[in-house]
Amino acid sequence: MGAEDSTQGRQVLLVATRKGAWIFHADAARRTWRVDGPHFLGHTIHHLVLDPRDGRTLLAAAKTGHIGPTVFRSTDLGGSWREAAAPPAFGPARDGLPARAVDHTFWLAPGHADEPGVWYAGTSPQGLFRSPDGGATWGPFSCINDDAQYRRWFGTVQDGTPDGPKLHSILVDPRDPRHLYFAMSGGGVHESHDGGDSFAPLVDGMEVVEGFDVADVTFHDPHCVRLCPGNPDRLYQQNHCGIYRLDRPGTRWRRIGRNMPAAVGDVGFPLVVHPRDDRCLWVFPMDGSDVWPRTAPGGRPAVYASRDGGETWQRHDAGLPAGQAWWTVKRQAMTADGGERVDLYLGTTSGELWQGRDEGRHWECLARHLPEIYAVEAACPR
Amino acid sequence: MRVLIPSALHSYTGRAWVEAGGTTAGAVLDDLDRQFPGIRFRMVDERGCLRRHIRLFAQRQAVADLAAPLPADGELLIVQALSGG
Repeated sequence: MGAEDSTQGRQVLLVATRKGAWIFHADAARRTWRVDGPHFLGHTIHHLVLDPRDGRTLLAAAKTGHIGPTVFRSTDLGGSWREAAAPPAFGPARDGLPARAVDHTFWLAPGHADEPGVWYAGTSPQGLFRSPDGGATWGPFSCINDDAQYRRWFGTVQDGTPDGPKLHSILVDPRDPRHLYFAMSGGGVHESHDGGDSFAPLVDGMEVVEGFDVADVTFHDPHCVRLCPGNPDRLYQQNHCGIYRLDRPGTRWRRIGRNMPAAVGDVGFPLVVHPRDDRCLWVFPMDGSDVWPRTAPGGRPAVYASRDGGETWQRHDAGLPAGQAWWTVKRQAMTADGGERVDLYLGTTSGELWQGRDEGRHWECLARHLPEIYAVEAACPR
Repeated sequence: MRVLIPSALHSYTGRAWVEAGGTTAGAVLDDLDRQFPGIRFRMVDERGCLRRHIRLFAQRQAVADLAAPLPADGELLIVQALSGG
């Protein structure tokens, strides 16, 4: 999402943090940036997303540390905000399954181009929600929230991330609004061909932590799944256990992260795909050795790019700190714009925002001293 | 009755003290939501449980049961506990 033609100028970066949201406005050349914010200071903003279909509806998934979750909506790029009349919330208990409560909305995804106003949301604990009206009202979507099998695959709090188990990476096939994917940490990757009436796991080829049963969907932990806009039959995945590619109609993921340098490994959170070239992707490796620090290996942050579908990888660290930089970049905190010459952007948990010009070959810091960055999206308002 | 609103929810009410009707805390929260749409869900989840950091007090006593009768002519204090940094 957010991948649009930035050569028209007015590109923005939508930065969601643990203590509020910021909007960075670029000049036409993406050389200088004007900062607007904070919005929602003190609120945890997990995701801030502009609707690429109308270029004006902006949704923020919000929660303070102390009161419940909600979704805010703006149609003037954050000039004013209105709260959703019915934020994502689970239905009552049924079929003997325990009732659940949404802790926070984690992932926001605009629907298909032919379904204006439709949005999807993924929550913690794992839940899938849909809005038919541009984020004003939300309802549980599909069978999965209250399906006994899916409840088992959701696992427990102990199986999820430190901030709670999450449903994320909601993907809509641009050729067919009824063809959907989502992923869960933990709980695997899932696919629907019938508009969400049913979903089925898509985990063949994915690995799990040694000692766990690879046949149990519960133990699969995809961190970030992306669908290539230039070829919707190709998906890439950054997993707790490696980097993968899937070419449909195939159903078996292939671990392309095996081709990464062994000293760097293929553990990380974000994965970014090129807006047009399905051979091109970027990852931000993090240390997955012994106690899993999940920081830049050796304290030397770098983006790794592949331009041949993951067969070979190139290190891009020009401009990034050369040492003692123990960065963590979360799964939603790295993105690409849609410019003719694509630039990358990443935000760190230490509150720095960086721009990687020329497909990540040259990095410059845009901002420091922000709160912990949760998500970065590039978009072009209209 | 008079109801004290915690600062984190002043964006709904615009002030600290408001008037709301009801003989139970649950009814008072329902009336607050009628006056200030959305405010109840920030304090009570979809299971009907008070959220983790929300506390209610009436006549210096904690109110844990939203269905229990409130003292007549009292005040309901809604307090937001703080934790973390």
